[in-house]
Amino acid sequence: MSVRGIRAAVSVTAAAVLAGAAACSNPDADDDSGASGGAGTAVVVGVASEPDTLSPLLGYGKDGNSKIFDGLLARNADLELRPALARALPEVTDDGTTYTYKLRDDVTFSDGEPFTAADVVFTYETILDPGTNNASKGDLAAVESVEADGDDTVVFHLKYPYAPFAERTVLPIAPEHVAGKGDVNTGAFNTEPVGTGPYVLDSWRKGEKLTFSANPGYWGGEPKVKKLTMAIIADDDVRATRLRSGDLDGAILPPNLAKTFAEDDDKQTLAATSADHRAVTLPTGNPVTGDVAIRRALDVAVDRDTMVDKLLEGRGKAAYGPVPTDSEWFAAGTERPYDPEEAERILDDAGWRVGDDGIREKDGQRASFTLYYPSGDKLRQEHALAFAGDAKKVGIEARVESGTWEVIEPRMAEDAVLAGGGNPADPDFDLYPMLYSELAGQGFNNMASYTNPDVDAALVEGRESGGKTERKRAYDRVQQELKDNPGYIFLTHIDHIYVLADTWRGLTTQIEPHEHGFGSGPWWNVESWQPAP
Amino acid sequence: MTGLPLAPMARMAGRRLLYAVPVLLAVTFGVFAIAAASPFDPVKAYAGTAGFSASQEALDQLRDSLGADDPFVTRWWDWLSAAVTGDLGQSTSMRQPVSDVIGERIGWTVLLCAVAFAVAVVGGTLLGVLAARRRGGMLDRAVTSAAYALEAAPPFWLGLLAVWLFALQLDALPAGGLTDTGTDVVTFGQVAEHVALPAAVLAVSQMPWFVLYVRQGVGDALDEDPVRGARARGLAGRTVLLGHALRSGLLPVLTLIGTRVPELITGALLIETVFSWPGIAAATVEAATSVDFPLLAALTVLATAAVLAGNLLSDLLYGLADPRVGFDG
Repeated sequence: MSVRGIRAAVSVTAAAVLAGAAACSNPDADDDSGASGGAGTAVVVGVASEPDTLSPLLGYGKDGNSKIFDGLLARNADLELRPALARALPEVTDDGTTYTYKLRDDVTFSDGEPFTAADVVFTYETILDPGTNNASKGDLAAVESVEADGDDTVVFHLKYPYAPFAERTVLPIAPEHVAGKGDVNTGAFNTEPVGTGPYVLDSWRKGEKLTFSANPGYWGGEPKVKKLTMAIIADDDVRATRLRSGDLDGAILPPNLAKTFAEDDDKQTLAATSADHRAVTLPTGNPVTGDVAIRRALDVAVDRDTMVDKLLEGRGKAAYGPVPTDSEWFAAGTERPYDPEEAERILDDAGWRVGDDGIREKDGQRASFTLYYPSGDKLRQEHALAFAGDAKKVGIEARVESGTWEVIEPRMAEDAVLAGGGNPADPDFDLYPMLYSELAGQGFNNMASYTNPDVDAALVEGRESGGKTERKRAYDRVQQELKDNPGYIFLTHIDHIYVLADTWRGLTTQIEPHEHGFGSGPWWNVESWQPAP
Repeated sequence: MTGLPLAPMARMAGRRLLYAVPVLLAVTFGVFAIAAASPFDPVKAYAGTAGFSASQEALDQLRDSLGADDPFVTRWWDWLSAAVTGDLGQSTSMRQPVSDVIGERIGWTVLLCAVAFAVAVVGGTLLGVLAARRRGGMLDRAVTSAAYALEAAPPFWLGLLAVWLFALQLDALPAGGLTDTGTDVVTFGQVAEHVALPAAVLAVSQMPWFVLYVRQGVGDALDEDPVRGARARGLAGRTVLLGHALRSGLLPVLTLIGTRVPELITGALLIETVFSWPGIAAATVEAATSVDFPLLAALTVLATAAVLAGNLLSDLLYGLADPRVGFDG
């Protein structure tokens, strides 16, 4: 490069760059440094992900514990429903299609406006409106209409009797006078919410953190934790390091990292049991995974207890269905002990003969299928490899491959997927979408295209019959069918581990769903935490 | 500076502005086309984790409401006709108007980029001159090989390395964010402390280019006749280096400043993601993976405008510095 003849431009450049820098390096910050709340009243927790929106109308907090809002009902530590904005549990008519809620009359939103039945009607009607972009509106599919009867009574009319409906009414209530203004999908309410809940939002810097402060006028009493910060830290190691350095008071951690805090006297570890399962889908459309003998053989060939010990470091339970074994809804006697000899016997009897390469064959069909796991998910990868290892021992080949959901989704009807999910609130919430035959191929519902008329009938009976005994009997039948013809091989239920500074008392955890960390975790009821004496 | 040729400069800026219109049209069209061809499904992206349990009816309603089935040409035209009236549309991934998303974030990106760019230019010039002073010497060899090594290192890798070293091992600087986790208030001190690491990494990733160009330019200039003449006249080495060789050697750097803007933007994209910096680059990643057309298009326009402005700036400076080049471009 040859360069000639240059004069003053150098200084011009330098000046321009520096002037630009100086002008920009003047952040619009006020110099008020009165930062964090007083020691002992502020809590900073690290979680892995943040909500997309803070508007209940778009799905925020639909399973409760939303901090900023309250539902008509709430769940306690044992997941029992208790009244919140409603004065009592709903009155249900005998045919199970009308739910009547009496509302509290002493509740105001954090902007001082009173809470009334109109807000409840507004919330539910807006969610059900076709123009509202709420992906979870299917939760309310049973609702025919909602009406206010005066200021303090709300009546839900259902299209069909839906026994778990009350569980859906933990859904947070938005104020009509605020959320009704502006665009429901993109309006300011999404980022500047106003609710009746124990906390009000101070700020939300997306991808970084949300900060809340206690609502002094909360109808349930002002929380002792005055300031709550939820830091969004996706990386497990970074979260652990920041917990160790004191930057965080608590965090959700994988078992191996949680273990490194076991010796710390000033840290407490809480393990929440969950309905969060990992399972292999066995698509009906695949000639191998659709074969009942293959399914039943795989079901007893997998060594679930070893998976719990090795993959989860003991923090979990063997799973035989979406319903955890310690749930009151679990059908006793449907456990499947690890029995590879039994698996081989089932396969031999069904005519699957071991071929030259150790993989079984029947009528020219090799007992081989592809098993996908979502790339980057280490836990599912480990489950997939352990599953494939166990399957190999009885002569079935599962070729483990990874892919993004964009890759996996179009293949779900043909190939197996290491799936995860689980909602402990009601057996209907997992069993129906996973097993009901009509939902096959709809989004991520019934990923295995499971088709079993007996199961369909039992699922409908379970959701439409009101009495607990009948429901239990129906779900027992479903779980028994799942044992006789498993459309999914359930592997484990995973405990969620949280490590917290030892400065608060009486921390508890609920039985947690698959989605956890923000609404769940020991901070599910942070408004009731008491400082250590 | 009375002798500035303002009229030709303005004409050049005007020509470039006209030229920018078809470029922006083509670029936004391209963005819509690429986003439509990508495997990402806007509906699934919008639904997020709720999509895994969503009913088909809810997904269909979402698809309809988001207009996800419209052909991308229609969507581009709708966006364009709204955008010229000043309505940038609604961001589906952020659930906010696009103008709000950009307004909240652009200041932080400009701050990060400006600090990094200033450090890169100043630091690069300094090191380049030092290296050129004795080519082949110890310092030159150290600086040059470091520059080549850094040029090959991806910024996100440098970022992770810096987090590991300064935040995790030494605990000297915060690993990310705009302020400490426990505080909300954005103070000058907090921001200065938090911008240090990302800006330094971005600067270091940009610096090799400046170092190498300055070193080459100044080194060449040191061998040229006017410089040799100045030496022969007995001027001090320092005066020769800074007064003669540097001036001449900086000319390529002017071009470089313009051409580095795209690199700076892509660098910021990765750095903001690594350091959870609340700027627009982080929003770009989100917009792209969510197929958030309106936000993606607005951000692309911004980036394109920045690149075009950078080119214009370097051409103007070049024209000023070397009158033979003129303002005809």
